[in-house]
Amino acid sequence: MNVDETNLPGLGRRKDFMTASGRRIGVVELREGQTELIVSTWDDPDTCQASIPLTSDEAATLGNLLGGTHLAMKLAEEHKDVPGIVTRQFSIAADSPFQNQPMGKACIRTRCGVSIVAIMREGEVLPSPGPDVVLHPGDLLVAVGTQEGLDSAAHILRHG
Amino acid sequence: MDPLAQTLIELGAVVFCLGLLARLAGRIGMSPIPFYLLGGLAFGAGGIIKLEGMHEFAHLSGEIGVILLLLMLGLEYTAAELFTGLRRSWQAGVLDLVLNFLPGAVLAVLLGWGGVGAMVMGGVTYISSSGIAAKVITDLGRLGNRETPVVLSILVFEDLAMAVYLPILTATLAGVSFLGGLTTVAIALAVVSVVLMVALRHGHHVSKAVHSENSEVFLLNVLGAALLVAGAASAMQVSAAVGAFMLGIAISGATAHNATRILEPLRDLFAAIFFVAFGLNTDPASIPPVLGWALVLAAATAGTKMITGIWAAKQAGIARPGRFRAGAALVARGEFSIVIAGLAVASGAVPHDLAALATAYVLLMAVMGPLAARYVEPLAKSLIRPRAVAPQL
Repeated sequence: MNVDETNLPGLGRRKDFMTASGRRIGVVELREGQTELIVSTWDDPDTCQASIPLTSDEAATLGNLLGGTHLAMKLAEEHKDVPGIVTRQFSIAADSPFQNQPMGKACIRTRCGVSIVAIMREGEVLPSPGPDVVLHPGDLLVAVGTQEGLDSAAHILRHG
Repeated sequence: MDPLAQTLIELGAVVFCLGLLARLAGRIGMSPIPFYLLGGLAFGAGGIIKLEGMHEFAHLSGEIGVILLLLMLGLEYTAAELFTGLRRSWQAGVLDLVLNFLPGAVLAVLLGWGGVGAMVMGGVTYISSSGIAAKVITDLGRLGNRETPVVLSILVFEDLAMAVYLPILTATLAGVSFLGGLTTVAIALAVVSVVLMVALRHGHHVSKAVHSENSEVFLLNVLGAALLVAGAASAMQVSAAVGAFMLGIAISGATAHNATRILEPLRDLFAAIFFVAFGLNTDPASIPPVLGWALVLAAATAGTKMITGIWAAKQAGIARPGRFRAGAALVARGEFSIVIAGLAVASGAVPHDLAALATAYVLLMAVMGPLAARYVEPLAKSLIRPRAVAPQL
């Protein structure tokens, strides 16, 4: 993918690209550290329909959502020949009982036979995380297991 | 009354009123600059209330305001940004200079203000307000727009042009001989190039020299350095403002970022006093006679900035609506037009009508600029559409 980088003298940088559907999307990184998500309008790709200011947490969460979907799609593709195996994503909410706790404390694998195969954090992937990895709010867990196992894993992560 | 008490009361009242005016400006989403000017007109010679006590303080504070305005302008850019900006936008920059310098200069000659007046008025009509433009672009959510870098690089070019223009202006205003003027310009150009080269290669040393973890020490270092450099530049007839601008460029990276944060409230205070001080020296009664000319000049230079923006955006491959947006973003004139007029008036080398004309002009342009930026798009669309349907009729 070809991402255009443009200097905005005195203000920051713009990084964007054209989608196949003909719209320009990207981010503006301001000097002061804020990020804006930009989406161009349909009829005029020069202008923005929306420029949404994001805090660094929000930007990281959005990056995780997009990156996580990508990862989950790939995994689902690989597992599609194995019946009964499903890939799903869980995000760690700010009120999750396991935030700032090592992942092993949730005992996901022991209790429901589900494997956490990756954690998306701030746009990066932590592959096969061990039980001592500390969970942060906004983390996106990519999990593989049976439908029932994943349902109970979701319940554990939300309510302990 | 005790003169000190009088000064304090007047200054307090004026600053407090400026606060109210700035709040009003914010409420209706406008730049506070025209309000500050109006405030100055109301309190100055021939205004509603005449304030005498704070004159001296206002004058010095105004000077510091100009230094801080230019210092912060320099802090905004890195030397590398200036170089790439210059390389990419020089054609549009030159067109901008010619188209927008001429109307002011021609009018000054028509009004019989001579070469010096033409030099001053040309500068007043040439320079867009980068402060208003940046605020308009941010407020209207146009940071991600494709024409925005075009607009910003024209602003960068203008700011660099100021670094060359101001020393020439200072020399002209001081009435130095042709040879003396050439020497000053040569010194100015040499200083500007040396500072840019130093900033590009050794900017971190300058940054290190003023940097401190302690914000109090840092503030005193930056402010002290700025006043010292500005004073030294002024002594060499290079213009205090340019000295401050150059120091701002030489400071880079995290230090520049911190300096901006720390200096911003100071700049806002002193720049506001600077606009008031300029208004204080202008008699409101002198404005009506020049108002007609100010309107003509406003209309003409709004047009020339539109042409500049449209041409530059077209060169960059922007579609028609974006070209109009780029033009309109450049229309506003503000702080630097007043800085130029302020230098000229302080030197006494230009007629007093010039201050009145510049005030009226900036009042118009600071209001008109943001309005133009906001409404040019629907206006352009309604103008373009009938043409598109015309063949079917």
